[in-house]
Amino acid sequence: MIRVVLPAPLRRLAKIDGEVSLDVVAPVTQRTILDALELRYPALVGTTRDHVTAKRRPFMRFFACGLDLSDDPPDAAVPEAVARGEEPYLIVGAIAGG
Amino acid sequence: MSGVRVLVGTKKGAFILTADGKRKSWQVEGPHFAGWELYHLKGSPADPNRIYASQTSGWFGQVIERSDDGGKTWEAVGNQFAYEGVPGTHQWYDGSPHPWEFKRVWHLEPSLDDPDTVYAGIEDAAIFKSTDGGKTWKELPGLRGHGSGSQWMPGAGGMGLHTILLDPKNKDRMHIAISAAGVFRTDDAGKTWRPMNRGLNSQFLPNPAAEVGHCVHRIAMHPSKPNTLFMQKHWDVMRSDDGGENWTEVSGNLPTDFGFPIDVHAHDPETIYVVPIKSDSEHYPPEGKLRVYRSKSGGNEWEALTKGLPQENCYVNILRDAMAVDAMDPCGVYFGTTGGQVYASPDGGDSWAPIVRDLPAVLSVEVQTLR
Repeated sequence: MIRVVLPAPLRRLAKIDGEVSLDVVAPVTQRTILDALELRYPALVGTTRDHVTAKRRPFMRFFACGLDLSDDPPDAAVPEAVARGEEPYLIVGAIAGG
Repeated sequence: MSGVRVLVGTKKGAFILTADGKRKSWQVEGPHFAGWELYHLKGSPADPNRIYASQTSGWFGQVIERSDDGGKTWEAVGNQFAYEGVPGTHQWYDGSPHPWEFKRVWHLEPSLDDPDTVYAGIEDAAIFKSTDGGKTWKELPGLRGHGSGSQWMPGAGGMGLHTILLDPKNKDRMHIAISAAGVFRTDDAGKTWRPMNRGLNSQFLPNPAAEVGHCVHRIAMHPSKPNTLFMQKHWDVMRSDDGGENWTEVSGNLPTDFGFPIDVHAHDPETIYVVPIKSDSEHYPPEGKLRVYRSKSGGNEWEALTKGLPQENCYVNILRDAMAVDAMDPCGVYFGTTGGQVYASPDGGDSWAPIVRDLPAVLSVEVQTLR
C-alpha cells in the first residue's frame, strides 16, 4: 500500500482523517499515485494538478524520503521506500500568500 | 416561521447568518471552508435548501461545493471549467494578445425554476452552465466567441464575468456584465450575444463611447420590471429602460459616482441603493463616512443613509457582489465590507446595525428569504 499525506485543507475537502493508503498498480510513479488518489477521492481532482495538462499546480510540492520530487518527471519511479509503503508520499502546500 | 439566511463569502471562508423575520437577533455559523476564498455563494430560488458555493485558493485552484440542506453539510461537485474549442486570445494589459486562461469562478447564478441548473461567471470572462447540480459544466461559447472577444481587456481586478441577470419574464433572455468589456445580452438562451453599452462613456478608452471595453462593476434589475436595468460603472451610475439597448446617467447628486455594488428594493422597482467610493485609486468612502445612498426615483435624486453606520475614520470598501436585499416587508438591505463587517437594515435602509464586525474581508453577500 502506498501511503499519502495531504495538507489539511485537502483532507477537509475530501473528508479524510489522517493518512491515506492506496493500492497503486506498478509502476509506482507520481502520476499513478495521483491518479489513484483522485479515483478514490474525486473531490481532489484539479486541486494538486491541472485538469487538462496534469501539470503540478504552481504552489503545490511533492516530497518523499527527504527529497523534493516536485519537478521530477511524473512517470519516473518514486523512491523504493515509498513504493514499499515504508515512507509516505507527501503533498504539501508551498509557502506562499497570506 | 419566516426568516432570512445571509450567505457571506469572505477572503478566508464562508459564514451563514440567520435571523427571524424581525431581523434583530442573529446567529452566526462558520467559517465554512476555512482558509479558502469564497467568491460567491447563492441559493436556488426554486429550492432554498440548495446552495452553491465558489471556493478558490492560490494553492488548490477552484472548487465548487453544493449544499442540499441549507448550508448544514456540503459536497464538492464538478470543478472543471474547460473553454470550448481552441481558446484563442484576448488583450492583455499592454494591448498584446494573451491566451484565455481559467482562473476562478466569480459568480454563481442558480436558475429561477430548476435547482439543478446553475450558471457560472468566470475569469477569464466566460459563462458556463450546469444542468446536473454542478457536477459538470459546459461553456456557452457564443459569448466569448462574440466578434469583440479578442479585444476584451482585464480591469485591475482581472477579467471577470461578475453579474448574471436572468429575466423572469423571458427564459431566453439573460444579461451579463464583464470587467472590463461591458454588458452583453442574449435573447436565445445563450447561443448568441450582443453588446449592450450604448450611452456608456469611459474616459479611459480611446473612444469613450466604444461598443465594448467599459468597466461595468455591477448591474441590477427588479424582477417585476426586467426591461429596466441599473448599473454601477467604474465611474457613473446608469439606467436603461429598454433592456440595455440604451443607457442614461443617473448619478445626480451623489458625492462621487464611483462605486461597486448597486441593488434594487424588493418591493419598489424605482428604489435603488449604491455605496459611493471616493475614487478608482482611493477605494474607501469619501470623508471617511460610510454612507449608503438611496434613490426612490430610479436615480438622479439621492439621499444619504447614515443611521447606524460609522461617520468618521471609516476606510473600508464594499465589493461588487457584497450587497443584497431580502423580500421581507419592510425590505431588508445588507452589505459587507473589506473590513469584515456585515451591516443589515431591516427597514429599507433607514437604519443600520452590524450583524458581525470582525470577519475576514467580505467578498460577497447574498440573502435568502425563507417562508
